[in-house]
Amino acid sequence: MKIITAVIKPFRLDEVKEALKGAGVAGITVTEVQGFGRQAGHTEVYRGTEYQVDFVPKVRLELIVDEADVDRLVEVITNAARTGKIGDGKIWVTEAERLIRIRTGEQGHDAI
Amino acid sequence: MEGNIAWVLISTALVLFMTPGLAFFYGGMVRSKNFLAMLMQNFFAIGLLAVVWTVVGYSLAFGSAGDGGWIGNLDFLGMKDVGLGDGTVLPPILFATFQMTFAIITPALITGATADRLKFAGYAVLIGVWSILVYSPVAHWAFAGGWVAEMGALDFAGGLVVHINAGAAAIAVLLVIGARKGHGKEPMPPHALPWTLMGTGILWFGWFGFNAGSALAADGIAAQALFNTLVAPAAAMLGWLIVEKVKGKHVTTLGAASGAVAGMVAITPCAGFVGSMAAVIIGFAAGIICYLALFIKEAAKLDDALDVIAVHLVGGIFGSVALGLFADASINGIVEHEGLFLGGGADLLIDQIVASVAVFAFSLIVTYVIAKAIDATMGLRVDEETEQVGLDQVLHAETAYNNL
Repeated sequence: MKIITAVIKPFRLDEVKEALKGAGVAGITVTEVQGFGRQAGHTEVYRGTEYQVDFVPKVRLELIVDEADVDRLVEVITNAARTGKIGDGKIWVTEAERLIRIRTGEQGHDAI
Repeated sequence: MEGNIAWVLISTALVLFMTPGLAFFYGGMVRSKNFLAMLMQNFFAIGLLAVVWTVVGYSLAFGSAGDGGWIGNLDFLGMKDVGLGDGTVLPPILFATFQMTFAIITPALITGATADRLKFAGYAVLIGVWSILVYSPVAHWAFAGGWVAEMGALDFAGGLVVHINAGAAAIAVLLVIGARKGHGKEPMPPHALPWTLMGTGILWFGWFGFNAGSALAADGIAAQALFNTLVAPAAAMLGWLIVEKVKGKHVTTLGAASGAVAGMVAITPCAGFVGSMAAVIIGFAAGIICYLALFIKEAAKLDDALDVIAVHLVGGIFGSVALGLFADASINGIVEHEGLFLGGGADLLIDQIVASVAVFAFSLIVTYVIAKAIDATMGLRVDEETEQVGLDQVLHAETAYNNL
């Protein structure tokens, strides 16, 4: 089992969610996060004073999938999240050692 | 007279509503960890100052009215002999209550400058003592026929008594307590401007009572003051936003709110003394001038957190002085010397400048002594850790926003 983690632009979330549903994904976990990468922050102005806001709001989504599905789902996310402009975000894949469904106690592949 | 009484009854409630409005106007601009502390300082001003005014403040302000003097007497201590009237005059108890709402909001204005760092007990003593030693005398000078009024200076609803007075006091307290921790190094943007815009709306609504109520009658002067209180802030909003757009790239919601409040401040001394287009000009100019006055706090190295100097002090001075240019005897028969622009010469203008300087100096000096004394004894500023954690949690054991 693998964990796919993607940090994307918040306004692409709906597209990505629908695309993943269409690809048969059973569930995703979403959090609002902030950070910076190559995309610079932005400035806000209050009564003439400029504030540099370094951290840009992003959405992080995580899903646990079978190893066989990883490449396909990464492509689904990439296509749905991409705008071609700086700040589209990143996707990374890591190993999930164990997975347990709390309600039933099912483990591993059965719990996906 | 029934109509007059009814209007002042309503106006009293309108003016009281301004203090919660001010709480939210300021509260939206502070960091979220100090939101409740800001609201508390303003709401508490009602709690404390209503009692102080009843016991001693009103008497010191309005006792021996018309004596041309510096302070009232003790005739009305505890509202003694402040009666219900006989139906042919405004009930004295109503006038005292109307004036109470002014005494409440004036020290509350200071909290914008000192945001995020006042100890609660120190603040409570500060505004209580200030109300007696600064507010009551200045109210006597200008509202109760004291020396400012006798000299010939005019203040329809509180350019001198409320705005210059509170603005100068803000500077004095800032000199004592110093800047917020991290000021100039870390960003401290407003935490939720929707509150600020809501507060602005409440202030504007209440300001109709403040200005039009100050006519103390349901008459044409009240109607003109009401008109001016709508149109001057509107013009000030335009003025502020235009400079903002020219100097930066954006027109902002905080700019719209700040401009409107600057206009409310500037028209306060003029409301029942100037004509309709004069109100537009005064408002528009106030929006521009108060925006440009934002630089003062940097130049003076004062951490005036929410710009009480630019909006209230400068707005109050500008409005008070502008009255010397635009005062119109055809609007209000009390005007003896019309403004310079109406061919009345410079008499009133000079009186307005003298009164503005006098109120500024008196408030600055006396407030500084009060604040210094409190700071040296019980302390006026929270410790570093409290400031870091946030006043809400440490001083009040509450937080404004609870997630989870």
